[in-house]
Amino acid sequence: MEQIPILKMGSILLVSIQVDMHDRLAMQLQNDLTEKIVSSSARGVLIDISSLGMVDSFIGQMLSNIAGMSRILDAETVVVGMQPAVAITLVELGLTLKGVRTALNVEQGMDYLKSFASSQPENFIDEYS
Amino acid sequence: MQQQNPLGEIVRQHEADILADWIKEQLERDRSPNTRISLVREAEVRELCKNFLQHFIQGLQSGQTHNLQGPEWSELRNLLSVFSRDRALQGYTPTETASFIYLLKKPLFARIGQTLAKNSDSLYQAIWTTNDLLDGLGLQVMEAFQKGREEVISRQQQEMMELSTPVVKLWDGILALPVIGTLDSARSQAVMESLLQTIMETGSKIAIIDITGVPTVDTLVAQHLMKTVAAARLMGADCIISGIRPQIAQTIVHLAIDLGGISTKATLADAFRLAMQRAGMNIVSQPARA
Repeated sequence: MEQIPILKMGSILLVSIQVDMHDRLAMQLQNDLTEKIVSSSARGVLIDISSLGMVDSFIGQMLSNIAGMSRILDAETVVVGMQPAVAITLVELGLTLKGVRTALNVEQGMDYLKSFASSQPENFIDEYS
Repeated sequence: MQQQNPLGEIVRQHEADILADWIKEQLERDRSPNTRISLVREAEVRELCKNFLQHFIQGLQSGQTHNLQGPEWSELRNLLSVFSRDRALQGYTPTETASFIYLLKKPLFARIGQTLAKNSDSLYQAIWTTNDLLDGLGLQVMEAFQKGREEVISRQQQEMMELSTPVVKLWDGILALPVIGTLDSARSQAVMESLLQTIMETGSKIAIIDITGVPTVDTLVAQHLMKTVAAARLMGADCIISGIRPQIAQTIVHLAIDLGGISTKATLADAFRLAMQRAGMNIVSQPARA
């Protein structure tokens, strides 16, 4: 069965979506990711969608949902590498993914998550010292 | 109705006379004070009329006087569309272009009248058929004329579009997009696309959209700007809007447009300073070296 791998890097979970997303896969990713956040007590989630050429309203909604769920579980989500065409489509659909952090590429996304983590030192003293 | 058509014969017999009269009519009209004499040279008109009459007679002799779209008239149609397009491109008015056909009526009807004077029934038939034909041809001229004009307009639009969407790199990670002219849907789409593409290629975190050259900002333009900013944000880049003139600031407030937390600056310089700050850079002045 198709599954999107979730990689753990320190306290950050890395998800790179490289296949065409269909609705069932999206639902499964939501489940897997929330479970993984809890089991690994992750503080950040980075979703790379640079290979996605098409995003429909359902997938857009899913990204929003993941961000919302992670926030409740106290993890910050960054969506990176959105293609221009995808961004235009989402805006035309009226989905601006409020509450989702974005970055141009994985590097910048990681920078953001690290700076976010270090801005909340009380939780991170164990991890980074 | 495949009966022998007498019209073609009549026109063929009097071809030279009709041609001469027709050309005379056109040159006379061109000489009247409010038309452009110099633009059409006599030889050109003569050549054109001669070609036209030849094809016209061919069409008449085919007997298909009711259907201008048939293959019998295709050469005439081509001739007319080339002619009207040229005239449109040269800046002729629609009247000047269409009267080319309509001036043929007088000499043509005169000859038909002479020939068929004794038989009023067939005279009526012949005049009616010819009139119908020439009106149809006139409409074709107008259609082709219009098409020529539209070509000019769409070409100019294309050129404007190409002119007006440069994305410039101000610094590492800082882009600027100076927008000149009114933002309509098509243009804002092009602007958005080129901005997003450049953001992706250069990995720039900050884009400054400068609207100094935008004459007015209404709700539609504001909406286009918001969309561009939203799309850039989705890709992970921040936008700053600069170049907001006092009147535009007033209009935005009067129209109660909510710019929704987009940073705005009065000038490009201010926006650039802010962008530098956000990128973690600082501008310091040094004493000038003598």
